[in-house]
Amino acid sequence: MKDTPMSNCERDFILKAIEEKKRLDGRQTYDYRKIKITFGTDYGCCFVDLGQTRVMAQVSCELVVPKENRPNEGIMFFNLELFPSPLVYPLQSELSVKLNRQLERCLRNSKCIDTESLCVVSGEKVWQIRVDVHTLNNDGNLMDAASVAAIGALCHFRRPDVSIQGEEVTVVSQPGPTRRGFIVRCLHHSIFFFLTFLLVDPCEREERVMDGLLMIAMNKHREICSIQSSGGIMLLKEQASRLELADSSLDNYQKDLKAGGRCGFAESMPQERITALKTDQTAVEMTDVSETASSIVQTAVAPPQTVPSPSVPVPGVGQVGEGLRNTWGLEEEEEEEEDVEMDVVEILDSDEEEEEVVILYPETTKKPK
Amino acid sequence: MTSFSCDKHRFHREGGMMEVFPSSTVSLREFGCEQTLLSRPDGSASFVQGDTSVMAGVYGPAEVKISKEIYDRATLEVLVHPKVGLPGVRERSQEQCVRETCEASLLLSLHPRSSLTLVLQVLHDDGALLSCCLNAACMALMDAGLSMSCLFCGVTCAISADGEIITDPTAAQEKESRALMTFAIDSKERRVMMSSTKGSFSVHELQQCVAASQKASEKIFQFYRDSVRRRYSKNL
Repeated sequence: MKDTPMSNCERDFILKAIEEKKRLDGRQTYDYRKIKITFGTDYGCCFVDLGQTRVMAQVSCELVVPKENRPNEGIMFFNLELFPSPLVYPLQSELSVKLNRQLERCLRNSKCIDTESLCVVSGEKVWQIRVDVHTLNNDGNLMDAASVAAIGALCHFRRPDVSIQGEEVTVVSQPGPTRRGFIVRCLHHSIFFFLTFLLVDPCEREERVMDGLLMIAMNKHREICSIQSSGGIMLLKEQASRLELADSSLDNYQKDLKAGGRCGFAESMPQERITALKTDQTAVEMTDVSETASSIVQTAVAPPQTVPSPSVPVPGVGQVGEGLRNTWGLEEEEEEEEDVEMDVVEILDSDEEEEEVVILYPETTKKPK
Repeated sequence: MTSFSCDKHRFHREGGMMEVFPSSTVSLREFGCEQTLLSRPDGSASFVQGDTSVMAGVYGPAEVKISKEIYDRATLEVLVHPKVGLPGVRERSQEQCVRETCEASLLLSLHPRSSLTLVLQVLHDDGALLSCCLNAACMALMDAGLSMSCLFCGVTCAISADGEIITDPTAAQEKESRALMTFAIDSKERRVMMSSTKGSFSVHELQQCVAASQKASEKIFQFYRDSVRRRYSKNL
């Protein structure tokens, strides 16, 4: 399915509005949408709502053999999936690859997780941390939401403790905190070329009309960890530094992370909306269940007899094998063999198509049994 | 795990039947639903049963690839995304169960040469996952406004080691159960549209579970009715 294309008048409208410093939802050019971060019931699950963009991340871990060139370091694996999956919409696969690479570069190269702390037995067993990010709704700025969700999930995750006794390594089910370097945050800015306007946190409509994209990842010391620029835009150094300073939401984000308690998705469902409804635990009436069941069983039709090795004497079907009657090349002679054995079951639902099968024989018609 | 898509069941008649105790502590966990929570899909819903939650999104009717088009019906595709890892064989079998149920209840001939895509994202799995997927799928299809001949709901039953029937089991209960069954029940005549079972059980137990699921489905259909009524009511 292809995405509905954007009409020209819509595109012109958005561009013209940006020229007058107006955005579709009334924000200023450097305003962010409201971010809501919630955590799931099990450790390592984080939901992020950035306006209408919704993303979920889940962290899981596993003990594996480390890479040969890095025996002391754990392994981090990132996976980002778009909803729906790119197998269905091939045009989205390009976007999926791009987002995966950006997420990996942003989180892996910034060393936000200290991989050496993931080592259990050097050269033999290390932790492999797997971060799965699922985008539930794409309303623009997926990269930012995905990175927030991934970092949130990593902060929320608890790694199980391991006890080593000689050669044996046992995993104790009580989880302990993961040690991490520092928090990284990705910022997503879109650039409009001929108007030389920079917009922060574009929504999906704005993303479609933008000319270029600049993504800056920073850590909490306001050092740039990675920059990704696409679209061939030349940016003045002053503009880039201005963007950094304009980001005050990084501090709020850190506060949110610390304050985020464990509330499952179930509890976070809003109650006051008319589109949501919740009921309590209900009991199910089971008084006459056994009587109904018995009556059904008694009046049921007896099942057909099962046979150990059914043979199907329909033209066009043969069987070959040890202990079975070899009917290879013997379709002409089937009428002669009328002996019905004890364990032959007639399968009555014959496919009419099968009877019209034309069997091609080689020159020698009769094959030795 | 065996799965059927028709009403009649074929089963082996065993020698001795197990004595099944009529249980009185059968209950459904608390469930909740939210519709239209995603802006991009045409219809979306999230269904929560206890701690198990599944989010469903429906796209359609939309353009279909020529290789997949059917001349007189819509092509329904179901995708199940697990929480961790890539979709595997288990997800494929769940997709097949959901797809067969949906195809039996949707009026597909109203949208020939179109595609309907149903995407299910597992948000948390605490038992009864397949029935939660079915319920979320039904609510999302309703939210998208697709014509259906009947609604459907999913109920999971587990038979514990001592023969007790538990509806809507948690993950811990599922692990210790002897058999696990999921049924999709339709809303018009409360018949079984799809069943997916795992484990060994007797004929009598199967019929008891079917009867229990039919009883439980009444509650779920009443819940569907209440949520739609609430949605279109003028006051909360």
